[in-house]
Amino acid sequence: MHLSGWGRFPYVETTLAEPREQTELISIIRSGSSIARGNGRAYGDSAVNPETTIHMKHFNRMLSFDKANGQIAVEAGVMLADVIEVCSPHGWFPPVTPGTKFVTIGGMIAADVHGKNHHQHGSFRNFIDWIDLACANGEIKRCSPDENVELFNWTVGGMGLTGVIVRAAFRLRAIETGWINQRTIVAANIDEAIDEFEAALDTTYSVAWIDCMSRGNHLGRSLITIGEHAKLLDLKAGSSAIPSMKYGKRQKAIKFDFPNWALNKLSVRAFNMLYFWIGKNKPRDQLVSWDKYFYPLDSILGWNRIYGKRGFSQFQCVIPLTNARSGLRELLNTISQSSEASFLAVLKRLGKQHGHFSFPMEGYTLALDFPISRESMELMSRLDNITASHGGRINLAKDSRMSSNLLAKTDSRAAIFHNYRVSESINKTFSSNQSIRLNI
Amino acid sequence: MIKKSVLILGSRSDIGLAIAHRFASEGHPLQLAIRNAEADEATKTDIEIRHAVKVTLHEFDVLATNTHQHFVDSLPEMPEIAICVVGLLGSQSLSEHDIHEAIKVIRSNFEGPSTILAILANRFEARGSGTIVGISSVAGERGRATNYVYGSSKAGFTAFLSGLRNRMTSKNVHVVTMVPGYVRTKMTRHLKLPQLFTSDPVDIANLVYAAVASRKDIVYSKWWFWIMAIIRIIPERLFKQMSL
Repeated sequence: MHLSGWGRFPYVETTLAEPREQTELISIIRSGSSIARGNGRAYGDSAVNPETTIHMKHFNRMLSFDKANGQIAVEAGVMLADVIEVCSPHGWFPPVTPGTKFVTIGGMIAADVHGKNHHQHGSFRNFIDWIDLACANGEIKRCSPDENVELFNWTVGGMGLTGVIVRAAFRLRAIETGWINQRTIVAANIDEAIDEFEAALDTTYSVAWIDCMSRGNHLGRSLITIGEHAKLLDLKAGSSAIPSMKYGKRQKAIKFDFPNWALNKLSVRAFNMLYFWIGKNKPRDQLVSWDKYFYPLDSILGWNRIYGKRGFSQFQCVIPLTNARSGLRELLNTISQSSEASFLAVLKRLGKQHGHFSFPMEGYTLALDFPISRESMELMSRLDNITASHGGRINLAKDSRMSSNLLAKTDSRAAIFHNYRVSESINKTFSSNQSIRLNI
Repeated sequence: MIKKSVLILGSRSDIGLAIAHRFASEGHPLQLAIRNAEADEATKTDIEIRHAVKVTLHEFDVLATNTHQHFVDSLPEMPEIAICVVGLLGSQSLSEHDIHEAIKVIRSNFEGPSTILAILANRFEARGSGTIVGISSVAGERGRATNYVYGSSKAGFTAFLSGLRNRMTSKNVHVVTMVPGYVRTKMTRHLKLPQLFTSDPVDIANLVYAAVASRKDIVYSKWWFWIMAIIRIIPERLFKQMSL
């Protein structure tokens, strides 16, 4: 069947396997080349294999939940949204969450996701107790920070290229309420934005929406939202500590492809101006539910369709701290002067680098969505080069188009990972369109 | 308020599992009845964690009809709601030549489900309350060349449920006939199904839950009431020459 990632580009012809039992999964792994797939939220071609793509949707059972200590063990296909639904009423929340709750735990591990608290708590790997991995030889291996350590280190952030994650356990964060005390800070330009991020390093969560169309003195003007989990005392009398989550019932969904012209420089500029104006004029401090704070886009199911049939690509890079100001300025200059419009642009301060192959490094990450076109591809490769010349790298979970040259230039760990895969003879068994394209 | 307990016969099927989650999500304790019940320990744990309800597993073989009486006797508690999801599509072409295959299909869809529901219905009648749900199929509404062994066994089951409902109405026992059209399940995985007319197991579970709650008698999925209404009125003289 025809299958793509969340960006709906590229589409790849693959055989989709949907194993129900571990024995079935192992026989699929042993019969050729494959890659595991969760809920298909990686933007590009990380979770499609030209031969066999293994959909893990039937591995979706919760195995144990320790309410006293906040540890949960699940099968890899369990959705983060379900974990939140089950755990939050007991005062537990995911320690790290990406910008959507519709990801599987297996996918979160494979991409070693980071969240708005990366500068404080690091990526998901820091909270994983163990992983059961279906390996190339058909063995199920448990790996953890103390057991099969090398395998663990390559599996977390390894984009599914070490094996198929079957089960995992991780620790949760204790919360008093499901509300976030949010503060919105207006930054007139990129320099101010960076100053604000650096001043907010002690705050648990921080992220910025950045206007990529403004130029000159307003280059990189941003709305920075910082947040802390609210305490019970912060709530008004009568409001419930855990806002209920009945997603999927009255939810808005986009059920058709927008025409390609719907998103253009003019409509995006108008949207940005409006968004900035609303952000500037809303109260500086607000109490918002976790759902609204962490997952604003989840409220519109199928939002990837607004880019039309052509699909889109997310460009996400990180620039190391020392070069952040000059690198971001050059990126923003290039974007604002191009004819391409990014509907969504996010800026975020990342903390220290951990793990063998995870994306984050200490510095600033910028993420932008572009509809697929020859012009946007050219723009993104210009952004690639700026990233490379400032010592940064690209996020594989978002990538659908970078070249193997660029990966080699920006991430020396790729060659080490490749050699590890060859020496363990797993490079033929586990591969994705992306790993083939990038020679990982 | 303590919610009514629900017995699900054939809870391992995709539809059965979806129904289990649907009722559990509303706080109903579950009795899951399947073959090799101990193999579903993880499913039991999963439902208990997700929905904070009590789940018990019970060994049940729909074809071993002589054990059904004992099965019902050994339930720790008589359920208020009993849902039979058991079914077997089998192979039509095999059934045409292999009498054992045909008998297995007929017994799995008609004899077995009817036997167990008859026993449960008598208990519910004696108690003076209860709801019985049978998952039948649109295949039972008119025999077609491509699946008439399956279809005729479902037709028998549909008629059984209809008669049971007629008998039980005055006894405060409600009978629901769920008539799904195409559903994306393990059973139909190898078939190419038209998007517009195909439901997911969770859709069927929602329909069953709503039918029990609002005491509906017969429920079709998606457009199937209308599709079958048309298919039923095609004159046999034409129908016999068609390949549907």
